[in-house]
Amino acid sequence: MHGLINRSIQSFLRDTYGAALWLRVARGAGLDFDSFEPMLRYDDALTGAVLASATRILNRPLEGVLEDLGTYLVSHPNLEPLRRLLRFGGVTYLDFLQSLDDLPGRSRLAVPDLDLPQLELIEEGGDQFTLVCRGGPRGFGLVMLGVLRAMADDYGALVLLDDSGVATTPAKMATDPPDRPATGEEERIAINLLDPAHALGRRFELAASGGEA
Amino acid sequence: MSVSGPILPRPGDGCPPGCSGAPEPHTGAEAALGLTPRALARLMPMYLWLGTDGTIRAAGPTLAKILAVPDLPGRDFFATFLVKRPRGIAAIGALGRHAGARLHLQLRDGARTPFRGLAVPLACGKGMVVNLSFGLEVEKGVRDHALTDADFAPTDLAVELLYLTEAKALVMEELTDLTRRLEARRRHAEAEAQTDTLTGLANRRRFDRALGALIRRGTPFGLMHLDLDFFKQVNDTLGHAAGDHVLRAAAQRLRAETRSADLLARIGGDEFVLLLPGIDQPARLSAIAGRIVERIGQPIEYQGRDCRVSASLGVVRSSDYPRPEAARLLADADAALYASKHAGRGRWTFHEGASGAAALLTEPEGKAGDAADHRKRPTAGEADR
Repeated sequence: MHGLINRSIQSFLRDTYGAALWLRVARGAGLDFDSFEPMLRYDDALTGAVLASATRILNRPLEGVLEDLGTYLVSHPNLEPLRRLLRFGGVTYLDFLQSLDDLPGRSRLAVPDLDLPQLELIEEGGDQFTLVCRGGPRGFGLVMLGVLRAMADDYGALVLLDDSGVATTPAKMATDPPDRPATGEEERIAINLLDPAHALGRRFELAASGGEA
Repeated sequence: MSVSGPILPRPGDGCPPGCSGAPEPHTGAEAALGLTPRALARLMPMYLWLGTDGTIRAAGPTLAKILAVPDLPGRDFFATFLVKRPRGIAAIGALGRHAGARLHLQLRDGARTPFRGLAVPLACGKGMVVNLSFGLEVEKGVRDHALTDADFAPTDLAVELLYLTEAKALVMEELTDLTRRLEARRRHAEAEAQTDTLTGLANRRRFDRALGALIRRGTPFGLMHLDLDFFKQVNDTLGHAAGDHVLRAAAQRLRAETRSADLLARIGGDEFVLLLPGIDQPARLSAIAGRIVERIGQPIEYQGRDCRVSASLGVVRSSDYPRPEAARLLADADAALYASKHAGRGRWTFHEGASGAAALLTEPEGKAGDAADHRKRPTAGEADR
């Protein structure tokens, strides 16, 4: 698994539950280091071990942890740069949804060896959409669920997300941890875009402000 | 610089003098192509329509936003924009002659935003259309003029360029951080590999390197080989923890009696070497050795008990050797050290270097003990010759 993904999980646990908890999770997962390097590659099994250790220590189902991870990626101040990159998807939430097909390609532009699962947005007609994730590690759909929810807040859109095509049963995830790609399996998220401009979203300036010129 | 070809007729081909445009198209396909201003604005939100007199007749919405002046139509193009390349374009006729060429332009006022541009002639008498883009300065342009992605045509890769700039900057930052962390770890590992972990002094490896470097540089220096007397007794009677404590305390005292530029190393159980760059006068070396013997000879407290050791030293000076060699210096220092031991411990001895003269014994400083030397070593005389 790419270090960026492992590092995201680490940052999520550390920023949400504290540094001490992260160290416990890392020890529980049998890591012989304290921190993932975001630009290095790691054995896929480590990701599964970290998630399993986190669910054990947090005493929470994996589904909830993964969805919270997705929300964290978009909404936590420490990850503002990532939110910005996602906002490059377009002016409206609909633009953003339609840009998701390009997300793996966009990621590869920046980090050539980062292989995100294939994403496809199907327009079902009216305000109904389905996001299909293919070839990702098991549970990736849950992370996307959190991302979609948080991005809706970011754009100020009102959406209804149906995750019945995503959530693997807790029992199955326990025996089949998300360290192996769910080959051939699809995860589907049904999206009902009730109101694209329900609330005032967060600001997005196209050119990053401050700092660099 | 001008590009000519079938789709870019040169002005003057059938035009009245002064006309920058192309002849009125006659073929069916060309005649059928017409665009409303709205369609043009969508396709090229940064277009300008220039009249035959060089005034701006219309502008795309993004360019209108950038220029932000109420009287845009009717303004002189060349008063608003400076055409930097190709050189010498200051009127519509010259612009016409460079139709199809890549233009480098710049706003004359305000943010002086640079642009890339391309001008093509319209039908005879209708002037020219200029399309602009930010080129590589897109980030500055977007910031200076507070543009949003709605200000760019969906076919324009400007927003992708911004995305890429930002994404690459993030990746670079991560890589820089990674390099910094790896460098810190490398330094740490290197320091560890050259440090005696018990005392924090240098180890044999680092000492050998430093000695080699001093010899290569030709800097005069003094070298002292030091051995703790009665250390084995401390170890045997009070245990290894006491021994370790004594070694740490001795190291601390050595540090206190030397400069930060001197290199102190522990090269064996209770053996130390001191490298003193720039100090090779016997008087100074004697003074330092004397202080060391005095300090080490003071009792070291361990768990309420006094541990008593003393220091025997052998001293060599690089300037005693026409061509100093590390192995020879060390062997001579060792021989001089042994002479100190032999003479009763708690003292220092100079070795006279290449001259081969007998080792010179100085007065003992500390309270040299008379217990039998537990170490099996050759006598000074044997080692010396």
